[in-house]
Order: sequence, then C-alpha cells, then structure tokens
Amino acid sequence: MTGHTVLITITRFLIPFLLMFGFYVQLHGEYSPGGGFQAGVIVAAAFILHGMIFGLNKTRAVLPLSWLKLLAALGVLIYGGVGVVTLLLGGRYLDYSVLSSNPVAGQQLGIMLIEAGVGITVFAVMLTIYYVFAGRDEA
Amino acid sequence: MDGYFITNSLLLFFLIVTAVSVAVSRDLLFAIVMLGVFSLLMAALYLVMGAADVAITEAAVGAGISTVLLICAVTLTGREEKPARGNNIVPLLLVVATGAALIYATMDMPHFGDLAAPIHLHVAPYYIENTEKEIGIPNMVTAVLASYRGYDTLGETTVIFTAAMSVLLLLGNGVNRKKTEGK
Repeated sequence: MTGHTVLITITRFLIPFLLMFGFYVQLHGEYSPGGGFQAGVIVAAAFILHGMIFGLNKTRAVLPLSWLKLLAALGVLIYGGVGVVTLLLGGRYLDYSVLSSNPVAGQQLGIMLIEAGVGITVFAVMLTIYYVFAGRDEA
Repeated sequence: MDGYFITNSLLLFFLIVTAVSVAVSRDLLFAIVMLGVFSLLMAALYLVMGAADVAITEAAVGAGISTVLLICAVTLTGREEKPARGNNIVPLLLVVATGAALIYATMDMPHFGDLAAPIHLHVAPYYIENTEKEIGIPNMVTAVLASYRGYDTLGETTVIFTAAMSVLLLLGNGVNRKKTEGK
C-alpha cells in the first residue's frame, strides 16, 4: 500500500496494542468480561489488519496457513485433552476439581486451560477464513 | 423519561434506520458498512442490558471480522446489486405477517429483569450462589461457560473448527491456481 503513509504508520502503532489487548482479554476472562472467544477474535483482527495494510503475502510469510491448521486443531486438542486428563485422574470428563489437591484451584486451572484452547482455535479459524477469502482473485 | 428510556430509544431508532438502509441500498459496499454500524449499535444495546461479554463478542465479530469478510466477498462479486425482478408484494406481505406474529408473541413475555420470570428460577440461582464457593472466580459468565456448561463450549469450539475446515475444503488453500500456473 504505497503512498498511504498515514495508514501504514498508524497500523505500525496499533498492531502491538491490539495484540496486547487480546492477550489481556484472554488472561482476564475470569475477572472481567472476556475470555477465549473475544481474545481469539481480537488477535485475529490484529493479523487481518496487518494483512490488509502490508499485503497478504507478508502476513502469510509471518504465519503460514499450515501453522494455522495446526493451531486450530491444537486448540480443540487442548480442550478435549483436559477432559481426558480429568478422566485419567479419577474424576468425570471435564470435571476440573480433580486437577489439583484443592478443588477450587483445580476449577480455576481447568478454566484457564480450556479458555487457552478456545482462544487458540478461534484465532486460527478467523485468520484461516480471512486467508482463504482474501487470497482469491478479484472478479 | 429516565436515562435508560432515552438511551434505549435512541439506540433502537438508529437500529431501525440502519436496518432499513441496508435493505433499501443497492450499493453493496454501503450496505456492508451499515451492517457494521448495526453490529456496533447491537453491542451498545447488549451493554445497556448488562451483558458485557456478549457485547465484546458482538463488537469484535460483527463490527470487525464479519465486515472484513463481507468486503472480501464483495470484491469477488462486484459492488452493485442487480435489480430485483418480479413482484415484491407477496414477500412483503409474508414478512409483515411474520413480524406481526413475532411482536404479538412478545406481549406474553415477562418484563425485562422480572424476578419471577421462569428463567431466573431454574438453574440461575444455583450458579449465582455457588460460583464463589465452587469455582472462586468473580466473572460468573465465564464460570458458567467454561465449567458448569463446559460440554456446550466444547461443542462450540468443535463447530467453529469444522467451519474452518469446510471453508478450506470448499475454497482451497487460498492460493489461486491461475496465479501460480502463470509462473
């Protein structure tokens, strides 16, 4: 996007703040409104902004589609894996209380893990759909 | 005429204006921007009703991602909507009848925030009383979403993953073959 100096400069300032805000929303999902879905969408929006301003090829060089497919599956794997771990530790599927000696701490640990899984999957999915849509030729 | 009434009336009025402009406009880019404005107004309404998590999600997904994806789609289809052929009377009557039936159905609903509404008497008191004891986190929405209703969130995550895989299967890897064959 040559010649759009204002857009390029503003984007350079904005992307780190977007990423930081996305991680903030992810980690503060237990205390303030937020959580995995919102954080995944915000971080994906940062990458989409990068793709719109600097060109899709540069964004694909930073984060290729193969990595995104891996990340999407990894998020669901983390979520289901937490359930299997609680099964192996003697509780029911997705019963986070058995994850730690203190049931309340176990619940919080479980929530943190699955929110991480959800965030990773939502981020990868949004960015994948953008890559596929934006990579097609114009009419 | 308290503050809530003024805020809600203004937001709903602009919601109606935006929705009508989306339906009436033939310029698709204008319609997409209006849809983004619609999502933003809905996010504000959710916030006024006290649903902050839903408001963040609506603002991020509706006013952000959806708008971008629709603009990508409109670069593929072209910016002008083809003129509608045929008579519009039957669809108009159908839409008016459905809308009237829905509005008639909402007359039976309990008032917003009514303590005696059935939705507040079933599992909600259990969640409100036991989140602090059993889970210990202040945000009850996350507690319900992640712990009490963990299966539903697992299903949601799987569905969104399936959506991405379907897009990849239907549209390919996003690298147009014409471009690479020319090299």
